[in-house]
Amino acid sequence: MELTVTDLAVGRGGVPVLAGVSFALAAGEVLVLRGPNGAGKTTLLRCIAGLQEPMAGQIAGAEDRIAYAAHADGLKSALTVAENLAFWAAVFGQSGIDQAMTAFDLHDLQDRRAGQLSAGQKRRLGLARLVVTDRPVWVLDEPTVSLDAASVALFADAVRAHLAAGGAALIATHIDLGLDAGVLDVAPFRARVDAVRSSDEAFL
Amino acid sequence: MSLWEYANPVKFLRLSERVLPWLWGLSAVCLVVGLVWGFFFTPDDFRQGSTVKIIYLHVPSALMAINAWFMMLVASLIWIVRRHHVSALAARAAAPVGVVMTLIALFTGAIWGQPMWGTWWAWDPRLTSFLILFLFYLGYIALWEAIEDPDTAADLTSILCLVGTVFAVLSRYAVNFWNQGLHQGASLSLDKEENVADVFYQPLLLCIAGFVLLFFALVLYRTGTEIRVRRTRALIAREGKLA
Amino acid sequence: MRALLLRDLRLALRAGGGFGLGLAFFLIVIVLVPFSVGPAAELLGRIAPGVLWLGALLACLLSLDRLLAVDWEDGALDLLATSPLPLEGVLAIKAVAHWITTGLPLVVAAPVFGVLLNLASPGYGVLVLSLLLGTPALSMIGAFGAALTVGIKRGGLLLSLLVLPLYVPILIFGAEAARRGAEGLDPTTPLLMLAGITGVVLALMPFAAGAVLRVNLR
Repeated sequence: MELTVTDLAVGRGGVPVLAGVSFALAAGEVLVLRGPNGAGKTTLLRCIAGLQEPMAGQIAGAEDRIAYAAHADGLKSALTVAENLAFWAAVFGQSGIDQAMTAFDLHDLQDRRAGQLSAGQKRRLGLARLVVTDRPVWVLDEPTVSLDAASVALFADAVRAHLAAGGAALIATHIDLGLDAGVLDVAPFRARVDAVRSSDEAFL
Repeated sequence: MSLWEYANPVKFLRLSERVLPWLWGLSAVCLVVGLVWGFFFTPDDFRQGSTVKIIYLHVPSALMAINAWFMMLVASLIWIVRRHHVSALAARAAAPVGVVMTLIALFTGAIWGQPMWGTWWAWDPRLTSFLILFLFYLGYIALWEAIEDPDTAADLTSILCLVGTVFAVLSRYAVNFWNQGLHQGASLSLDKEENVADVFYQPLLLCIAGFVLLFFALVLYRTGTEIRVRRTRALIAREGKLA
Repeated sequence: MRALLLRDLRLALRAGGGFGLGLAFFLIVIVLVPFSVGPAAELLGRIAPGVLWLGALLACLLSLDRLLAVDWEDGALDLLATSPLPLEGVLAIKAVAHWITTGLPLVVAAPVFGVLLNLASPGYGVLVLSLLLGTPALSMIGAFGAALTVGIKRGGLLLSLLVLPLYVPILIFGAEAARRGAEGLDPTTPLLMLAGITGVVLALMPFAAGAVLRVNLR
């Protein structure tokens, strides 16, 4: 089981952002994406998660194996913490949410409505969703936003447990999670003008 | 040499620049000759009097109103299947022309209907269908205008055009079922005996030819404009990245 | 799929107004009609089938712009798109949830509102049947419209402009069946047409909706 990205080019609104991105991610590995704002980390992750088509290149080993988490957690404020998690578990064909609740210390909050949680607690709930999906590859976009130090540690532990169970993770983040991670700086892959045929290219 | 070569915007522009003057000229000649002939050198109809002469505007515009939508449908399909930008832009360019044709058909119809049926407007199936077609055009254009990213807009409007076509046909039958109307039978058809008489027929054909040519000229011209807009966008994007 | 349906229903129940709002809107439209055309019972009875259908259609339209917008704003749509559920299925389920929260209450309430408009007594059964057959298609077409406009800020008005022309055949056959029913004529033909349209819409529209939503998500 391995996620392999070969010579990938991605774009935003038809304009190429990154080109020639290649890496491989094996079971038990973490890869951290770095790069300045607007470098294309989010676009790259969305593309790997299958939300948008690559402009060029291949992604292998992503089909139906990715759990994706981005800035928005997709929580329903009218549902309780437990209901939110149980919903995502059911969508991914799983049933147990206990492990996820423990991993992110959510048991005390389980009957609270998601709308009454603080930003950090919401984030924890959003990340707990990853555990219930039971998917091997986590693709995470800035997962630690609005988490305090203790919660970051919880998150790092969850990632470690995921890796120990044979999973892998691709994380775009600016802080050091204390994980034994490979680092991929996306800045060198910034797309040059003529590197990729953008949709406007035909008009030049 | 394949037709698809003109899917390249630059080649398309070059061709359309060469063809356009001819189209403008020919359509002007057809329209002027057809309309003058029709208005001043045909006898009045024995029942409808001189009001019948509005047929020279009404029938061609009504034909083009439907054909413009049909052209958009074909262009949308080409965009979906082969993803030629020119095709999507041509569909976009045709829509406002289609709207105007629909409006001309509706207004000339009302002007014709007043002396004939004693009313400007009746909820006759044909009239109603044209009104619905008008609404479809409006929705299509509004969707194009609402979306910033041109490729997204092209995709969404293409699918809307496909779905809209199915529902427009469905509406046509539903409307027929709902009200059998006042409108006279088709003025022109290939398989019927009861076409309009020859004296009216020949200038009418000229007018139709003029409208068809005018339609092509307008669509080519507008497509050229759309292509230049995209070209400007592409150039700005490139300059921006170089800077 | 079942989880999604249950979640949407639960949300509609809890987060104000899902069930009630469309129905209240329907009632207001019906109440306003006599104010605008006068209280003559004979006239009201004559226009009742059409007014009831029009009211139901507008009430359906009212809640469409929230059908996907909420899930779009909080990111749930992205997550659903990366889940094992097919996007077509997600949209079909959303349409079903919309129908249960909006269409079904209208169907149930329509006879009561028919009394307000002096609907002729043979018309009630056909009215309910025609709404029962027609409203699912309204929800499904609405889901298509919502998928088209989900990325557009303040897309509500545009959504109406796109969806209403698509509603024309359904309104024609639905109201025609209800009218024939009220006048004691045989409503079979329009009812069959209505059922046919709804069947085709339910079978094919999820794919069109899925295609446009995929375009909007990328």
